[in-house]
Amino acid sequence: MNILAILIPVSLVLGGIGLYAFFWSIKNSQYDDPKGNAERILSDRYDDSPEGD
Amino acid sequence: MSRESAGMAACPACVAVSGSSPPAPKLDLADGPMRRVELSIPTVHCAACISAVERSIGLRPDVFGVRVNLTRKRVSITAADLPDIEDAMIEALEALGYPARPLDSAVLAKSSSEKAGRDLLARLGVAGFAMMNVMLLSISVWAGADGYTRDMMHWISAAIALPAVAFSGYPFYKSAWGALRRGRLNMDVPISLALVLASGISVYETSQGGEHAYFDAALSLTFFLLIGRYLDFRTRATARSAASELAALEVQKARRITDDGEETVPLDALREGDILAVAPGERLAADGVVVWGDSELDPSMLTGETLPQAVGAGAMVRAGMLNISGPIKIRAEGLGEETLLKQITRLVETAETSRNKYTSLAEKAAKIYAPLVHLLALVAFLGWGFATGDWRFAVNVAAAVLIITCPCALGLAVPAVLAAASGRLFAQGVLLKDGVSLERLAEIDTVVFDKTGTLTTGHPVLMNADGLSGPDRKLAAALARHSAHPLSKAIARAFPGDLELEDVKEHPGFGTSATLDGIEIRLGRADWCGAEAGDQTAVWLKAGDAAPVAFYFQDQLRESAAEAVAALKAAGLEVKLLSGDVPAAAEAMARAAGISDWTAQASPAEKVDALSALAKAGHKVLMVGDGLNDAAALAAAHVSMSPASAVDASRSSADMIIINNDLMQVAKSHKIAVASRRRILENFTVAAVYNMISVPLALAGIATPLHAALAMSTSSIVVSLNSMRIGRMK
Repeated sequence: MNILAILIPVSLVLGGIGLYAFFWSIKNSQYDDPKGNAERILSDRYDDSPEGD
Repeated sequence: MSRESAGMAACPACVAVSGSSPPAPKLDLADGPMRRVELSIPTVHCAACISAVERSIGLRPDVFGVRVNLTRKRVSITAADLPDIEDAMIEALEALGYPARPLDSAVLAKSSSEKAGRDLLARLGVAGFAMMNVMLLSISVWAGADGYTRDMMHWISAAIALPAVAFSGYPFYKSAWGALRRGRLNMDVPISLALVLASGISVYETSQGGEHAYFDAALSLTFFLLIGRYLDFRTRATARSAASELAALEVQKARRITDDGEETVPLDALREGDILAVAPGERLAADGVVVWGDSELDPSMLTGETLPQAVGAGAMVRAGMLNISGPIKIRAEGLGEETLLKQITRLVETAETSRNKYTSLAEKAAKIYAPLVHLLALVAFLGWGFATGDWRFAVNVAAAVLIITCPCALGLAVPAVLAAASGRLFAQGVLLKDGVSLERLAEIDTVVFDKTGTLTTGHPVLMNADGLSGPDRKLAAALARHSAHPLSKAIARAFPGDLELEDVKEHPGFGTSATLDGIEIRLGRADWCGAEAGDQTAVWLKAGDAAPVAFYFQDQLRESAAEAVAALKAAGLEVKLLSGDVPAAAEAMARAAGISDWTAQASPAEKVDALSALAKAGHKVLMVGDGLNDAAALAAAHVSMSPASAVDASRSSADMIIINNDLMQVAKSHKIAVASRRRILENFTVAAVYNMISVPLALAGIATPLHAALAMSTSSIVVSLNSMRIGRMK
């Protein structure tokens, strides 16, 4: 059972990283234009920011 | 533009523009003040469109940033703060082939709705993260972990769940508190109670080394309910943005003539006695008297009549009429309460306030559900408490009852169906302003159509082509090609003609004249061609001294009108026609469309009266109309639709807008509405059945957290899948 002492914190940290990434993506307007994003990936123009300004 | 053509190199125009020239040097504007311009560009649809717009606009020296939002069909431009920058941008976009319209940034305050959406999404994310982690821990408990290990799992779960429940459940607590403060119960009261009680009892149980903890149940409850909330929010936000965009589409302005020349002013700024210029193709902004010019006015949007009225100096004219042939100047009069426009506005307002308050299915369900749940939990608590004297166990049972009855499926039942249905309608070309109107639409038993512009296209078509001689056709066609008058265009479309005429002259308000071999030929108004004006829309041709020849016109049914009427009848609905036009025209169109019940010459107020009479007789009416004269009737009906070609007032009082002007959408939307209602009721049944099975278990005190988790997820998934069937409907 000692393995739990390592596995549980590891799973929590991994989940926490995912959660942080999710928050980051919300803050960066990643969900504001889903259709546009789907089309933009076809464009060869380098596109670094969803805000555009 | 069709959906199929979406793709990289979809529209040739986009491709032509996207490979454009190297950037021009930016002028030294960057130091000046900047402004954000938001425009609606309804025709963007592909990756090439995005780069066409962003590159070309971005190259302008007065622009610092461009971003197209394809989901909302909008472009946001950061530009130098010049006075006419918005018009310049619209012009530039139109030059690229994208018609653009200004959006009132105050109305479309980006902040409020988007912030709320992000906020809900964040809470949903936290609930999902916490739920999955706690589930993992719970699985080991269900698998048989006991003693020290189980306590540890519970404590870790508590550490994750308590902050997550507090943060993610906030929208429910807030709404529940709001309801309680006003002394009411809503769906969020039992939800909040369940969340708080489950968390509290679980912490207590954990501290006592107890067997059951409901952390996972509390979190999955929050998660599923937030999904419902988020779907609901998205449907509303789309509807709201559609509504505000429609409101912003037509910015009503008038051209006022002052001593210094002409100026464009908003309608509110008009004063009695102002002289307004109205070019052909423009709508009159105010009631008044013609002071200069001759023309014909099309009153169809105002009264439903299709016969154009000839007006000259001194004639009384009404706001909302369309100027067809010549430029005129009018003196604005009676801007006060007595104008027709104001009267209609007042009618709309009265109709809106007297419209019965509709209780949505969700509200009905909540009304039954909320008291019942509380009662059950209380009974379980008191019953077990008094029967066994074990109050700790009694609280446990009460918490289990609250959690198990909690409306995961109920909370998803309506929003999931409405989200699927409004998405489906939107893809089909119907804008829904409010989810409730879909439920209203499902209840209708009568459909009332307006005639002009709704059942018909509003564009006249030549009727008596067969009765005309060859030379007359040729002459008329040759003359008609020189005029922009809608009737002339209809003639030019009907006959080909390559006759060369000399000395072609337009006489605004009268017609067109020319000479051929020394003979004067006129095409125009009856009195101008020496004929007697009849009660039918007509243009007369007079060649030299010959007797004038009439060209009769009639409005034409929309392509899908008869088909739509037949489909509605097949669906068991009664179809009526309510027109402001003369009886002859109304009857002809009613017959052509297959409608036997028609009323003609109905004024706006009479239309409202007709609808209230129907409502009093117990009918639920769908009104489909487009004119100013329909606006009040649209607001008075049980539910209403407008084609996108309708006037502003109608579009804003209608519940749904048919974007592609196809009348078949009326029948199709009704079908979807009926199907949605059925899905919602099915979902309620699923939720009820699930409660009937699990509530007795909970009341008996044998429900475990595992039961709760299983039942909750299964019913939520079944409900969501059932809702999604709307999107696949044929």
